[in-house]
Amino acid sequence: MLADSFKFPLINSILRWKDLFPTFNKIALIAVAAALIGILVFLLAVRKDPKVAPKGVRNLAESTVEFIEEGIVMQTMGKDGLGWTPFLLSLFIFVYLCNLPGIIPILQMPATARMAIPLFLSLLVWIVYMGVGFKHQGIKYLTNTIWPPGVPTALKPLVGVIELISNYFVRPFSLTVRLFANMLAGHILLVTFSLLTHSLVTAQTKQFMLKPMAILPMFMLIFLTAFEVLVALLQAYIFTILTAVYIGSSAHPEH
Amino acid sequence: MEAISHLVAQTTADDAKAANAAIGAGFAYGLAAIGPGIGIGYLVGKSVEAMARQPEAAGMVRTTMFLGIAFTEALALIGFVVFILIGL
Repeated sequence: MLADSFKFPLINSILRWKDLFPTFNKIALIAVAAALIGILVFLLAVRKDPKVAPKGVRNLAESTVEFIEEGIVMQTMGKDGLGWTPFLLSLFIFVYLCNLPGIIPILQMPATARMAIPLFLSLLVWIVYMGVGFKHQGIKYLTNTIWPPGVPTALKPLVGVIELISNYFVRPFSLTVRLFANMLAGHILLVTFSLLTHSLVTAQTKQFMLKPMAILPMFMLIFLTAFEVLVALLQAYIFTILTAVYIGSSAHPEH
Repeated sequence: MEAISHLVAQTTADDAKAANAAIGAGFAYGLAAIGPGIGIGYLVGKSVEAMARQPEAAGMVRTTMFLGIAFTEALALIGFVVFILIGL
């Protein structure tokens, strides 16, 4: 019977890893490796001669920087925001390299599928955009976010409560949950289809058609792996662009 | 009929609770996916329409589209998190 042999494992058994040594497990290893690889790529790129046409690692680094400048900063903050490129670039590279191990064989675990890294990153973003707001608008930042300019007095209590909750609590929460849940969903999908393939191949059955049927979840697994490549990039992009939008709206309240 | 009454006699309160949790989790995710599904479809459809009418504004429209998708999709993802919390 298929139903007997196929049991989805407990959620902890696909997400928790034994400590490599105390207080340091696979998630932490991936996060540290992501940070180091990001630093290494850009250090190697900056050592190349800037006068000759870029190739190899410098080409990669330059096109990433240009993507952040043209695709994210100019679209959301305009020319004033170009000073934010290093911060957004580090966020993008780090989130992308943390997402990517979800589809790399042997590693097979996105570091952002645990709550800790997305939560920490979005708290960092929260502190940054609050700081930018106070720096650019002074103490009026509090009233400007709660009551956007041009709200009629009669509506102020209602709008105030909604904007207060949405600006100070929902923003970091949704930033965390968006990244975390997307990567977790992808991870669970991959686990489900590899388990389905495995249990069909190893099924103890007299039905001769059952084992070749394993090709169906197998194809789905390949398709989902390709889809996860896209999701990893897209989630890093969305995380960065939302950060840019939040910082931009703190710096210029009228937009 | 006898078999069913035999099964009913065997189910404990824990089994019933687990069954209800599974049903609730299924409904939670299914219902949470309806609204964002409609929303993302409408949003991307309108964006494609805008890009087809004004190809020179495609870059701006695409950025705004991704922003909108991110906000809409968050609702479905919260449903997914609730699904995991109560279902597993």
